[in-house]
Amino acid sequence: MLLRYILRRILLMIPTLLVTSALIFTVMELPPSDYFETYVAEMAAQGEKADTSRIEFLRREYGFDKPIIERYFLWITGFVQGDFGYSFEYEMPVRDVVGERLALTVLVSVCTILMTWIVAFPIGIYSATHQYSWGDYGLTFLGLLGIAIPHFLLALIFMYFANVWFGLSIGGLMDPVYFNQPMSWEKAQSILAHLWIPVIIIGAGGTGTMVRAIRANLLDELQKQYYVTAKAKGLPPGKALRKYPLRMSLNFFVSHIGDVLPSIVSGSELTAVVLSLQTTGPLLLRALQSQDMYLAGSFLLFLSCLTVVGVLISDIALAFLDPRIRLQGGSTK
Amino acid sequence: MSMPVSPDVPALPPPGAPLAHYVATGPFDPNAMEPMTRQQERVHLASQLTLMWWKFKRHRLALASGIFLAVLYASILICEFLAPYNYQERHIDFIRSPPQAIHLFHEGSFVGPFTYGLNYQLDMNTLRRTYSEDTARIYPVRFFCRGDSYQFWGLIEGNVHLMCPGEGGTLFLLGTDRLGRDMLSRLIYGARISLTIGLIGIAVSFSLGVVIGGLAGYYGGLFDLVVQRAIEVVQSLPHIPLWLALSSIMPPSWSPILVYFGITVILGLMDWTGLARAVRSKLLSLREDDYVVAAQLMGARTPRIVFRHLVPGFMSHLIAMATIAIPSMILGETALSFLGLGLRPPITSWGVMLNEAQNINIVVLYPWLILPVVPVIVVILAFNFLGDGLRDAADPYR
Repeated sequence: MLLRYILRRILLMIPTLLVTSALIFTVMELPPSDYFETYVAEMAAQGEKADTSRIEFLRREYGFDKPIIERYFLWITGFVQGDFGYSFEYEMPVRDVVGERLALTVLVSVCTILMTWIVAFPIGIYSATHQYSWGDYGLTFLGLLGIAIPHFLLALIFMYFANVWFGLSIGGLMDPVYFNQPMSWEKAQSILAHLWIPVIIIGAGGTGTMVRAIRANLLDELQKQYYVTAKAKGLPPGKALRKYPLRMSLNFFVSHIGDVLPSIVSGSELTAVVLSLQTTGPLLLRALQSQDMYLAGSFLLFLSCLTVVGVLISDIALAFLDPRIRLQGGSTK
Repeated sequence: MSMPVSPDVPALPPPGAPLAHYVATGPFDPNAMEPMTRQQERVHLASQLTLMWWKFKRHRLALASGIFLAVLYASILICEFLAPYNYQERHIDFIRSPPQAIHLFHEGSFVGPFTYGLNYQLDMNTLRRTYSEDTARIYPVRFFCRGDSYQFWGLIEGNVHLMCPGEGGTLFLLGTDRLGRDMLSRLIYGARISLTIGLIGIAVSFSLGVVIGGLAGYYGGLFDLVVQRAIEVVQSLPHIPLWLALSSIMPPSWSPILVYFGITVILGLMDWTGLARAVRSKLLSLREDDYVVAAQLMGARTPRIVFRHLVPGFMSHLIAMATIAIPSMILGETALSFLGLGLRPPITSWGVMLNEAQNINIVVLYPWLILPVVPVIVVILAFNFLGDGLRDAADPYR
């Protein structure tokens, strides 16, 4: 039963991803000019002449003279085989451009997610068990504030105060000395020293959202009769909480995994721009602006693949965890 | 043995004879034996909306937020009047002037609200403009006065303002920007764009979500499958990059107003999926109910059943959801404009204003340029509280 459900879901992923890829390709193609025209215009603006023969060569090489459908198929077959195309701006294969930054991005994102969980869980549980106390109000308000402040502005404000109070210049993920250097102990230390700022800033919003979700879910469970029964039978409050309602309220947490997976790779784009982090987010934004279409398109498609896979994983995990979902899963009305 | 019998009840038949068929002429009152008190009656007869309003009123913070937002939205109707200056007026002598304070007392004596004159110096070493207060010059603030001329709603000429600087003086309560434009005035005008963008965007996503989700939930089958996949596709795309890609499609020849509508539609197009899913799952459970079968038997067509009978049943819930979704629209506009890909000047929104505070050096030197973040935060908080209150009020189980 479960196996059939999983198989069906995996088969359904294929048309979804095909449509997504077509959509992404169309969006990439829609702007009236392509990268080469933008490039020539930029060069002309700087008073230089672009090398037209090279551009013609690249155009032919990447099939810009071919019809759009054919190019789409070239791109998608390449993508399936692991050839993500060529970044015109960096003059490197997309895989190499992204690969350099991917490790740092994953580092920042994993730390952020860990911090979010470590902070949000106790706060959410406290808020729910002490509903309408001053602590609950204060923490809820803090969480809301974290949601309400746009991340990139929080980054600016952070940088401003760090500058005014500590005379610190933040931004970047390491001291400029270590750019383009192989990993060493000193470099790792420098990264660690710079890491906490983006982690706090990017994590603020996520923590707020998660606290709210945990609080709401736990509150729903705390009203239910099985919890009242458990307490009435004399189970100590901590154990009663841990044994039943807490586990029930974790469902939402598992279904959250679907969103987490792509965000590990893309990071928080705008914050990264403001803090000038060397992660993939700014790379993607820059590629979109300069219409470096293979870089942007392949990266976007990669992200959507991750989302679809993430949703699948969380659905399967939910089906394993919760018999109610498992039993309903296969049968649709 | 005469019992008080009401006149329209016939006398009992003789023993053994069948009872005559009897229908009382008075109106039916199920509570005739035990009449309800006034208060009970009020609760029992209250409509769904009244019940919601009672519940909502108890949520103080939500009520206050609602009133605050209502006042704010009312103010964007008359922002020409509220702003002390025209938002495009450049004061070339006062570029990046810091916020001016309003004083009440001059050298111990009460003058009423006034501002001091501004002295301007150019530091020749750093080329920074420095301003200092000149306590010799006093400019009382005028109220309901004639100042910069404007076109009210782009139609009617006018020049009446709520408050203006004293003759020959200045009134930059929040400072000026790099072109010498008054920040407060720009903030007030910016509210018009930033606040409506959320409403129009949510209107787009709301109608899309209700129609698509409604039909998918009611018909089920293949249509439902396609819609579910479509939702998955849209949700699997990261938002900010897609906004970027879509807004770069808009040709640069478009007028700023057209760009504004384009942005709202883009924001709305990305946001309908959540609502559509909510509508669909609600409909899936409701469509088996008896009253739907009754409507079908009476020959109602599908759109009528969905939009006349089913959707109103959980409309309040949807509105609460939409209220909570508005902040993400406002934040989206801010993010797009911050990157320089959203609205373009001369249209002014909070995001456009924040675009100028992009650089940390600017924020350190001219911290008042980051002030537009305050209304953004306050409005988003207010929408969150309001949405929470509405959701609690719309939930009959709470």
